Amino acid sequence: MGAIWTLLLAIAVVAAAVNGRMADLTAAAFDAAGKAVVLSIGLTGVLALWLGLMRVAEEAGLVRLLARLARPAMRRLFPSVPPDHPAMGAMLMNFSANLFGLGNAATPFGIRAMQELDALNPHKGTATDAQALFCALNTASVQLVPATVIGLRAAAGSRAPAEILGACVLASACGVAVAIAAAKLLGRLFPPPAPAAPAGGEG
Amino acid sequence: MFRAVVEALSTWLVPILLAGIPLFALARGVKVYPAFVDGAKQGFETAVRIIPPLVAIFVALAMLRASGAMDAATRALAPVTGRIGIPAPVLPLVFVRPLSGGGALGVVGDVLASSGPDSYAGRLASVMAGSTETTFYVLAVYFGAVGITRYRQALPAALLADLAGFASAVVMVRFLLGGP
Repeated sequence: MGAIWTLLLAIAVVAAAVNGRMADLTAAAFDAAGKAVVLSIGLTGVLALWLGLMRVAEEAGLVRLLARLARPAMRRLFPSVPPDHPAMGAMLMNFSANLFGLGNAATPFGIRAMQELDALNPHKGTATDAQALFCALNTASVQLVPATVIGLRAAAGSRAPAEILGACVLASACGVAVAIAAAKLLGRLFPPPAPAAPAGGEG
Repeated sequence: MFRAVVEALSTWLVPILLAGIPLFALARGVKVYPAFVDGAKQGFETAVRIIPPLVAIFVALAMLRASGAMDAATRALAPVTGRIGIPAPVLPLVFVRPLSGGGALGVVGDVLASSGPDSYAGRLASVMAGSTETTFYVLAVYFGAVGITRYRQALPAALLADLAGFASAVVMVRFLLGGP
């Protein structure tokens, strides 16, 4: 990211030199820095409203309720994890927190889930199928309401900041479907290291 | 029919959550108000935390635009970006999104400011950012937490999911909110 950013700045300066727009460039840089702060401030209200509401949902036990509802699906997704293993609970809480947009709550659950999954891992240092699927699912945003983006839209003066909700839900559903399919199907292409003893019946 | 359902979801979901969650919490005996205020404080902190990356990306993109480099790139890429339905101003998002959450918000904010939040480009950028995650960050945090260095299929699966998210964002925005 650092290299890309630096490259962008360098390209801009060189292009401005070629096009004779140096003064414009300086003005634009300072103007944009100010605009970025104004935008962040404009977004604060929506973010505060949403995270406040989600904290209420969390304390009302909605995250846990959702986790319980998703249990049967999780058993099918993670057949290598015993249904009563603590990893299952941590993964469920992680997904539920993500769904409500509680990133700060989701990450500790996710890390605990990975640690619990690692207890079932015969090859430390190499991901198991369950760990790969869990992480792939976490990289496909499963979020009910993308509050930050809606806040940005509201701050930019959109007529309907939340009109993108339906499209977001459907697009992330496609991402999730592909994440599951790819993690399941590609597992065979990336076999775990063979143990010292003769391998067999693994997977 | 399908379109109407999704439209209704977009319109009704937020109001239903706004009324439903506090009601549900109240019925469960939660101290609703202090909980809300405590959570809202976190929203404030989040907004402050994204200021630095937002400044970085905004300045870079504004400089590219003022220098004329953006116009040149747009002209060069127009045939390609037009064909896949991703306008040139939105294109940086495809590369920034998996790397940096703050950077992605910067690109979205830039598109919203330059093309308008209710334009095709503005809606597409919003949906692309709202339906994908900061893939490399997520993988680094979770695998790093347990010392895993061989990710196996996780990386290709995660990147394929991002691609699917971007592609379906194009389809969904065209289908549900109108084409360019």
